[in-house]
Amino acid sequence: MTIPRDPSVPFNISLVGVGGQGTLLTSDILALAAMHAGFDVKKSEIHGMSQRGGSVISQVRFGARVFSPIIPDGQSDVLVSFERTEALRWVHLAKPAAKILVNNMERIPVTVSSGLQPPAADMDRRLAARPGLRLLDANPLAEQAGNIRTANVVLVGALSTLVPFDESHWQTAMRERIPPRFLDVNLRAFDLGRAAVQ
Amino acid sequence: MTQTKLLSANQAVAWAAYRSGCRVAAAYPGTPSTEIMEHIAEFKGAIDCEWSVNEKVAMEIGVGASLAGVRTLVAMKHVGLNVAMDPLMTFTYIGAIGGMVIVNADDPSLHSSQNEQDNRSLAKFAKCLLFEPADSQEAYDMVCAGFELSEKFQVPVIVRTTTRTAHTSTLVNIGSGERGEAPSIPYQKDARRNVAVPAHGRLMRIKVEERSAALRELSETSPFNRAEPGTGDLGFVASGVAWQYVKEVFPGAPVFKVGLSNPPPIEKIRAFAAGVKRLVVIEESDPVLAEQIRAAGLPVVEPETELRMMELNPMRLAALRAELLGDPLPDVPAPETGLPTRPPVLCSGCSHRGPFYILSKLKAAVCGDIGCYTLGSAPPLAAMDTCVCMGAAIGAAVGMRKAGLPNPRIAAVMGDSTFFHSGMTGLLDVAYNRIPVTVMVFDNRITAMTGHQENPGSGHTLLGVESPQARVADIARAFGIPRVHEVEPYDLARLETVFTECLDSGEPAVVVVRGPCVLHEKWAGKHINAVDPDKCTACGACFRLGCPAIIRGEPKDAAGKRFKSKIDPMFCTGCNLCAQVCRFDAISPVQ
Repeated sequence: MTIPRDPSVPFNISLVGVGGQGTLLTSDILALAAMHAGFDVKKSEIHGMSQRGGSVISQVRFGARVFSPIIPDGQSDVLVSFERTEALRWVHLAKPAAKILVNNMERIPVTVSSGLQPPAADMDRRLAARPGLRLLDANPLAEQAGNIRTANVVLVGALSTLVPFDESHWQTAMRERIPPRFLDVNLRAFDLGRAAVQ
Repeated sequence: MTQTKLLSANQAVAWAAYRSGCRVAAAYPGTPSTEIMEHIAEFKGAIDCEWSVNEKVAMEIGVGASLAGVRTLVAMKHVGLNVAMDPLMTFTYIGAIGGMVIVNADDPSLHSSQNEQDNRSLAKFAKCLLFEPADSQEAYDMVCAGFELSEKFQVPVIVRTTTRTAHTSTLVNIGSGERGEAPSIPYQKDARRNVAVPAHGRLMRIKVEERSAALRELSETSPFNRAEPGTGDLGFVASGVAWQYVKEVFPGAPVFKVGLSNPPPIEKIRAFAAGVKRLVVIEESDPVLAEQIRAAGLPVVEPETELRMMELNPMRLAALRAELLGDPLPDVPAPETGLPTRPPVLCSGCSHRGPFYILSKLKAAVCGDIGCYTLGSAPPLAAMDTCVCMGAAIGAAVGMRKAGLPNPRIAAVMGDSTFFHSGMTGLLDVAYNRIPVTVMVFDNRITAMTGHQENPGSGHTLLGVESPQARVADIARAFGIPRVHEVEPYDLARLETVFTECLDSGEPAVVVVRGPCVLHEKWAGKHINAVDPDKCTACGACFRLGCPAIIRGEPKDAAGKRFKSKIDPMFCTGCNLCAQVCRFDAISPVQ
């Protein structure tokens, strides 16, 4: 079910994760698909430290006309998180009625593993309490597709069911952005993610 | 046939350079400007491009190319222009011949920088033409226009992007996408024009003022400066990406969009202001336009809402809207609390970890520098006392020694790219004045922090062509440093011996710690390690390495205050540092 929307305001998607999880590839595919679907689009990301295990955020907005590249807090129609702690860290970006897709995996920050900070308390309860939040076991699905590193594209597949683009636009975007030798495994990951939420 | 592409401003700049017939491009990497040169390299047959050793050299290459009559582009981050100001301040007197565009990326909010300087003041200072694109299409259009205007007015043109515009992708019409050819301008030797000695410089100074008057005329008629009519009492003047936020948060309000912002189109703004009740200036970061508009006698609203520091966004303008119009603030959900922070860290297996661990153990005063290794300042390593700017570590260490710092162990730490950029001159000062400090170059043969760009030590140019590898140890010896060592980064005992010897030697010393970047070379040891929980006493020694592969295991006892360690096999590279710091023999290779 794609999310109903007012065509005069942009559709807002925030994607969050940990450096190295493929957040930026995912937002590239989403933004290209939006372009092929005929929308004005802006994709904004902060990635100076992205490869060093820091928290990473990317935002994509599409519509008839998009001005600000930054989505106001509390205005994301969809939040995609590649990790459980990051989902909670950024949940205030989402509208109260937003759909939230979370890869059900956890990466412990070095601040916790080194004992400097306590881990997040009560994570299971807090995630379960959030309306519209769906935990998805993307890592096993990615392994099933043939490569654990395609977990991000599993989430793109799940996301595709919430966004008003024809499937052909997603296919075109993936062909443009993913090197040919990795394309098949990513297309399988996309299909598995799409099927998992339908 | 025209083409529309989804491009970041950095990519759009490269397309514009190609389209405009740019022939020479030079840059030093720096977030968020780095990708400009990486994308220009895709047009390598048409544009001669290089990673320069630093921004000053890049600017000087631009100067030479422009005087030789070809179009040239130089790119750098905001603090890079500080390094390049010397050539720019006099080249602006001499004036461009072939068009010169300087793309300069500011970093409001200091996403990846040591300060938040607003370089629009430097454009004003240098009497250059300044563009402020609001999106990638404008970055493309302004670079194209910049080359032409640079030639027409003989002025260097600065295009100021910000982290937000540089790293936001938007739709760009790149026309046919084909290469354009610039007019060929034959070179003429002309000392009165190009040799800035005092007698010539005085004449140039007068011409600069005449040029500034012409540029003010240009700004008043430029299509990049335009009034957008609207309704309501508030009228906005907005430049760069700030214009986007005004359009979003104050829909329908009259807006004067400033694209060519130095010199500012004061008379056009005066006419716009006459049609609105209250004039509000929205710009990121310093009040550069607001001060000039006020100086022209126009009243400008001074809001209580803080808009001078850090990146603007729609939420901050919504607060301004609440203040000026009395509209309620939009409901914004409160962020979740009680979450651990996730700062960037040195990677597992990073070649910088071992040397920082030893520096911390030896309680050395460490003057640090700009690069991945600045992450060594964070706990638990906490092995850095200062970080100022590229190359500053060595001078700062010398200053601390001269000041009589009680700690006898003073080290300067920098990476290879930073050493070549601006550490070499500091090292020559150490040798020349015989200052007893130890300069440590953490040499991974690549510019890692900005995403693995080649440098003079890597053996390759921007285009991957082989080049001689500059060796730090050879340079140190040639400078006359009496004590020079090269060590590898994963043998802690050896590092401790060499570091101690140099720090306590009472003479200038250089230690080059040579090991590849694990992210770049995908280097991994022959095995990965695991912790034997029966032998682990939860002493915490391995946690003090700050390695992301070492994670909290089972609690040591019922109190649950101390934890044994565990190694995440997904992240362990087998660098073996943890096995070396474990006194209980609890860490060993997985069979």
